Amino acid sequence: MTNVCLYFQVHQPFRMRKYNVFDIGHNNQYFDDQKNKEVMQKVAKKCYLPANRILRNLIAKHDDFKVAFSITGMAFEQFQQYAPAVLDSFEELAATGAVEFLNETYHHSLAFLHNKDEFLDQVRMHQRLIKEHFKQKPVVFRNTELVYNNHLAKTVEDLGYKAILAEGADHILGWKSPNYVYKPKTTKRMRLLLKNYKLSDDIAFRFSDKSWSGYPVTAKKYADWLAPILGDSINLFMDYETFGEHQWEDKGIFKFLEHLPAELKKKGLSFHWPSELVKLEPKSELDIHHPVSWADIERDVSAWLGNRMQNAAAERLYSLRKDVLASKDAELIDAWRKLSTSDHFYYMCTKWFNDGDVHKYFNPHDSPYEAFIAYMNILNDLILRVKGEEQRGVGAALKRWISA
Amino acid sequence: MTRVLMLGWEFPPYKTGGLGTACYGLTKGLARNGVQVTFVMPIAPEGAHTDFVKLIGANQFAKNMKIIEVPSTLSPYTTAEEYDENYAPLSVKSVYGKNIYAEARRFAKIAKAIAHKEKHDVIHAHDWMTYEAGIVAKKTSHKPLVVHIHATEFDRTGDNPNPYIAHKEYEGLKAADIIIANSNFTKANVLKHYKIPEEKIRVVHWGIEEDHPDYKLNYQSPLNKDRKMVLFLGRVTLQKGPDYFIEVAKKVLDFEPKTLFIIAGDGDMLPRIIHRAHDLGISDKVIFTGFLQGQDVHKAFQMADLYVMPSVSEPFGLVALESLKNNTPTIISKQSGVSEVLKHCLKVDFWDINRMTDMIVNVLRNPELHEELRENGHSEVQKFNLDEPARKVHEIYKEVMR
Repeated sequence: MTNVCLYFQVHQPFRMRKYNVFDIGHNNQYFDDQKNKEVMQKVAKKCYLPANRILRNLIAKHDDFKVAFSITGMAFEQFQQYAPAVLDSFEELAATGAVEFLNETYHHSLAFLHNKDEFLDQVRMHQRLIKEHFKQKPVVFRNTELVYNNHLAKTVEDLGYKAILAEGADHILGWKSPNYVYKPKTTKRMRLLLKNYKLSDDIAFRFSDKSWSGYPVTAKKYADWLAPILGDSINLFMDYETFGEHQWEDKGIFKFLEHLPAELKKKGLSFHWPSELVKLEPKSELDIHHPVSWADIERDVSAWLGNRMQNAAAERLYSLRKDVLASKDAELIDAWRKLSTSDHFYYMCTKWFNDGDVHKYFNPHDSPYEAFIAYMNILNDLILRVKGEEQRGVGAALKRWISA
Repeated sequence: MTRVLMLGWEFPPYKTGGLGTACYGLTKGLARNGVQVTFVMPIAPEGAHTDFVKLIGANQFAKNMKIIEVPSTLSPYTTAEEYDENYAPLSVKSVYGKNIYAEARRFAKIAKAIAHKEKHDVIHAHDWMTYEAGIVAKKTSHKPLVVHIHATEFDRTGDNPNPYIAHKEYEGLKAADIIIANSNFTKANVLKHYKIPEEKIRVVHWGIEEDHPDYKLNYQSPLNKDRKMVLFLGRVTLQKGPDYFIEVAKKVLDFEPKTLFIIAGDGDMLPRIIHRAHDLGISDKVIFTGFLQGQDVHKAFQMADLYVMPSVSEPFGLVALESLKNNTPTIISKQSGVSEVLKHCLKVDFWDINRMTDMIVNVLRNPELHEELRENGHSEVQKFNLDEPARKVHEIYKEVMR
């Protein structure tokens, strides 16, 4: 029997200020607290709180309803700072026993592609976070933006994980179906769970699209699409912000979510967690060298590492790691790690800038170039802090005031 | 075939600003679109005459186009006061008129004769000085009048309009069957300052010549050796923001002392800018080239690492496209028409000196930023060709001829 595996990603980056060249050496406020607070409170109201309420009700109503989450440390910290009620509601969900949590990098970074030690540190931080707040020890791993390759699968297996998620991209699957479990070639026992991107994106991207032939999609219609599908598991992976933030309530996204379990049940479909798929026999091995991701039509890493600015920024960031850690300055280390969040690199992406599509929607900067400028200014300040050369305090302020 | 009687005032190589380039591009594009253009323009006094004769020779690209010279001393960029001061001695020599207003009327009279003689289906007049000529031509031939506005008097003067010119501008806009504005920025200024129905205005953004041998000169100056160069290129007048540029230069030098600033252009603010550079103690870091034309413009772009257009009010800003064509990254003011259409550049408010400094310092410091801006800007500018604006203008002709 085919089951449905629902997994939602929860993430909010710490967006940067328009940090300029005059701030370097004088100001270590890198992040736009006001903006981050606004976004978090808006998304909490439009998405996290109402969607969590719906899930609570579904869990109460349907014994077999199960769902998985991954919540980044970045989102988590901003819940604590700006929307503690969201954190409470996730903890309540965790307490129902119907919710599984996955692990990823605490900072939602692409550290795996740059520095393995840093990757391991960030994974450990996330393990601690999930254990402490949700009392779970995840056995399934998802990397930032579903970036995946053989090497990652092996690394994650060595950490003790039993399964890993990836995008069921056409160029890795060919004629194969994403609705089965696979084994990464480089691992002994790992399971590879692939996102059914067509059905996932029907909800995440196309739900409100009137020009789409499937519009409008109701829970009943969607269940009709899923019912005849062959395979072990239909993996619906998407951003949690799909509900109420990317797709709006007035377009019926919450109604859809509310009715989905009952409609699926009518078709004989049930839910299971990613960890339950571990028991299934793999259909075959998959051999994936180049990183795949869930972004853009390319499904590669070019949204974050596709141009010179992005590569230079990443190189500069990771080259500072040793000195930053050696400083033992907790605040400095924290700031440095927050700069590893993949969103900062996404903002520097130039490939879709012409079309002003989804990249622009998510970009708090006026252009990819300005995102790079703010980022590099911040890194330059960070370098001064590492060297202990920054000018702060009353003396420096006075000097600035006089020179102004 | 549509026949256009076009009234302009400058044409390359005889030109002093972006307008000549714009008219050149438009007529070339129109010719390609099968529109027959008769371009009437006043000519400069003696000195420029040989240049102008060359223009006709250089103009063989447009088989469909004739150029008719009208002797005049009209210069589009001077205020009336400046005109009296600088050109009055010349116009005394000429028999045509004593001041710029008289020149405009003179132009109008000649346009009347030409409107009689030259067969045309539509009249197209560029900016205020030709508007009276356009109105006269319309009365003469009873053909529809398209009035093109490249800059309002309010742009040119920083909102201190010469009332007479503003009045002439208004008369032309009022008499027009259709007004073409070169940007939404210009359109908004027209609507703000003149009582003109919005539905009469069409926006046509400019394009630039796709290919030119001068784009590929690959010019390097000995100055390039160990220094980065930041370029200002344009009239040194209030409208173009050279005063902001010089203040920014000082701030950039605090961060990147090995930078050179080039100010290429002439204008009434030049002495003030030179003094200011001295007062700021950066005279040795600022080079004044005076007015550049032809190949020298391309050379200036090519030797520069960055072009900055800090205009206070820039109705379009063709020069930003020229910079990108020459592979030079650009920073443009948000108070420009070109910022409506260009994406791969840095945009800043002209008054935001700190932000401009931030951008310049970062382009100079980070070769990756420079390269991305250069490469993406250069490929983006390919889409601003001459055909697209010409096609739109041709559509407008068809619309008014109906």
